[in-house]
Amino acid sequence: MIRLERRPQPSRAWTALTPVLAVLLTMVVGGIMFALLGKPPLEAIRIIFWDPLFHPQFAAYSRPQLLVKAGPLILIAIGLSLGFRAGIWNIGAEGQYIMGAICGAGMGLAFYPTTSPLIFPAMVMAGALGGWAWAMIPAVLKVRFGTNEILVSLMLVYVAEALLASVSQKLLRNPEGMGFPGSRNFKQFPAAHNAEIFANSGMHWGVIAAFVAVIFAYVLLTRHIQGFNIRLTGEAPRAARFSGVSPARIIFLCLGFGGALAGAAGLFEVSGPAGQITIDFNSGYGFTAIIVAFLGRLHPVGILLAGLLMALTYIGGELAQLMLGLPGASIQLFQGMLLFFLLATDVFTNFRLRFGKTEVT
Amino acid sequence: MADTLLSLRGLTKAYPGVVANDDVSFDIRVGEIHALLGENGAGKSTLVKMIYGLVKPDRGDMTLGGAPYVPGEPKAARASGVSMVFQHFSLFEALSVAENVALGMENPPKTRDLARQIREVSETYGLPLDPFRVVGTLSAGERQRVEIIRCLLQNPRLLIMDEPTSVLTPQEVEILFATLRKLSSEGTAILYISHKLEEIRSLCDHATILRLGKKVATCTPAESTARELGELMVGSSFAAPVARAHASGAVLLEVQNLSLPAPGAFGTPLRDISFSVKAGEVLGLGGVAGNGQDELLAALSGERLSPPGSVTLKGEDVSRAGPMSRRDAGLLSAPEERLGHAAAPAMSLIENGVLTAARREGLVSRGFVNWGKARKFAQSVITAFDVRTPSPMAAAGALSGGNLQKFVIGREILQRPDVLVVNQPTWGVDAAAAAAIRQALLDLAAKGAAIIVISQDLDELMEVSDRFGALNEGRLSPLRPVSELNMEQIGLMMGGAHDMEVAHVA
Repeated sequence: MIRLERRPQPSRAWTALTPVLAVLLTMVVGGIMFALLGKPPLEAIRIIFWDPLFHPQFAAYSRPQLLVKAGPLILIAIGLSLGFRAGIWNIGAEGQYIMGAICGAGMGLAFYPTTSPLIFPAMVMAGALGGWAWAMIPAVLKVRFGTNEILVSLMLVYVAEALLASVSQKLLRNPEGMGFPGSRNFKQFPAAHNAEIFANSGMHWGVIAAFVAVIFAYVLLTRHIQGFNIRLTGEAPRAARFSGVSPARIIFLCLGFGGALAGAAGLFEVSGPAGQITIDFNSGYGFTAIIVAFLGRLHPVGILLAGLLMALTYIGGELAQLMLGLPGASIQLFQGMLLFFLLATDVFTNFRLRFGKTEVT
Repeated sequence: MADTLLSLRGLTKAYPGVVANDDVSFDIRVGEIHALLGENGAGKSTLVKMIYGLVKPDRGDMTLGGAPYVPGEPKAARASGVSMVFQHFSLFEALSVAENVALGMENPPKTRDLARQIREVSETYGLPLDPFRVVGTLSAGERQRVEIIRCLLQNPRLLIMDEPTSVLTPQEVEILFATLRKLSSEGTAILYISHKLEEIRSLCDHATILRLGKKVATCTPAESTARELGELMVGSSFAAPVARAHASGAVLLEVQNLSLPAPGAFGTPLRDISFSVKAGEVLGLGGVAGNGQDELLAALSGERLSPPGSVTLKGEDVSRAGPMSRRDAGLLSAPEERLGHAAAPAMSLIENGVLTAARREGLVSRGFVNWGKARKFAQSVITAFDVRTPSPMAAAGALSGGNLQKFVIGREILQRPDVLVVNQPTWGVDAAAAAAIRQALLDLAAKGAAIIVISQDLDELMEVSDRFGALNEGRLSPLRPVSELNMEQIGLMMGGAHDMEVAHVA
């Protein structure tokens, strides 16, 4: 018989090992899936993980894309991880991301076509505030009425999507856009454009913000008393209350951070890579960031690596669709496997396998 | 009466890193009350788990009534006539007494027949119980009766009782003993696990003493003194706390007309509690578990705020202040539940030090935790209170209960509180460490702190307290000096016998 035995304390080795193991298992099972689809499995894996960075022809285009895609994922995932550490499950980062983009873009478009250097910083502030305000809705409802933040934040994603559809057709529509839905393009509005800082690097202000957020979260969680309180609340809520931590304060803090970072990510995206508010400008970063947060073990450095890895599978996945004709759904399945195997191997951090006869205890 | 019922020969059980039972052999006779004595960690639980079929021995064998006895699971043990009443009850609070009893049976009869059987057994053995009451509304003593009746309905030959008196008032203990004596006179053997020596001397025919997994002796407790039994149990004599001069100073903590609603469906409301504690004084608060102990601690620690004016610390009203400001003002506390309340199981001892000592020990400056200082503080608690741990980096949940308790109490004492409130300070701690903790509390009082000890261990309260009061259904009895009290008075203060009657021994 095989059975699981609880470890006296979580294994450090396994904590570090599980993401690597999960990636390897995903490659193996994903490879089998590609083979069943009639595509060469090794080539598919090489295209997903290797070619985006080193292919002689495509790498020049796809390498900068790595940072473009990883930036928002990391920024959102860092914000979410603070809440997840405290046991506060903000699933609605996608909505906060959309609201950040709408508010930030609205702020910029209001000043079109002036050229003040203060416009872009003001947009970032407005974007972060928009996301923060959207996250405050589940926070206030939870503190005041004890509602479940998972449901409220998730449902608010659909509200945000409806708002996005509305403003791109009405309020923020480009007056010179011949009636097409969608706002003015920020590429034609230099004071508000989140351009690449170095040409062809993919590095825009959102990426810088993501790196700063990683460092900030790392210092907060390891050195600062508020980070300690967040971890304590997640580990043992009663002990946190005994220590004097106010649960309401942690809820506001964590949802607020998550919302503000998601909102800022939305603004950086809409004013940079996306360029304009459109009906379907959001591309699921807010949901994928949940995977990134867990893949990174809710640890800032882990999230940084996980964000880059996830971005790689995105770009590699597109490349594989292009070169091998793999169906898009199979790439999503591939990414889903990554989280699945991570959660499955995660068991070994807290449990160890025992072989031998069973014993009732 | 001289026939052997259960015979254990060379029982051995090892767990990774520890031998829980090492070559234990003894006999239990038909109809005798046999005590199993030992400190926490001596191997009593493992031994009875083997008898009850919960754990398989590595070596050794058992015979029951002359036949080999190898219970593979509790069901088999029950079928052979071995029943057990656990220390922690396994009852569903939302179900009725009869439903709970039915859940433990292989082929439960119809509820009406079962209710009649329950009534019969409860009348025969003086354990009155309404089969249709919901368990959530029963007191701890009544819940124990449910467990006992559940066992008696199976007509056991051997009844195992694990520390049954820890949740009872002295009067309830007398009634339980009468029931057990009646059972014994009818031929049911009882294996009685305890570390309360006086109880064993008055109740048990024989006693087997375990120390560090080995049998030290089997003796007749009535012929030994409690001190002899205690020394057999511990292996050496330990220092009893030193009596001290009673120098009480100014009132440090005053509680006036404190009333709070129950925190949850099965919590206890606090009803009009008033008392005060002076500098240098130890106030002992007894009571059966679940009569408002946790709720009182939460109201004093600041986890629950109370109406203005109800809690006054050194002349300042702190009723509306949270735990942090109360700690700043010198009011510290240690809750009963170690894992998850007093300490976070998955966090290190260093981090658990920061949990309450962050501000008083200056472990945080401008919002940043000074981990070097925090480590030194945790280390000083570990050293001062002899906490056995590989390092201060170890997770709190990896420590044994007694060691974590030493850490939790030590953490508060080393912060030099003006007022310290502790709930069950020595629960699950071995005798030597318990003596050390009590001594530390007395030393702290001698230095001028006011201390409130909430405990269910009356011997402990008698040993450390100057004044005594009892909590009963959220009310506090009048406080009396300990020197004027005897056990009977204490029992009445704790709420008497909770409507129980002595078994009508035929």
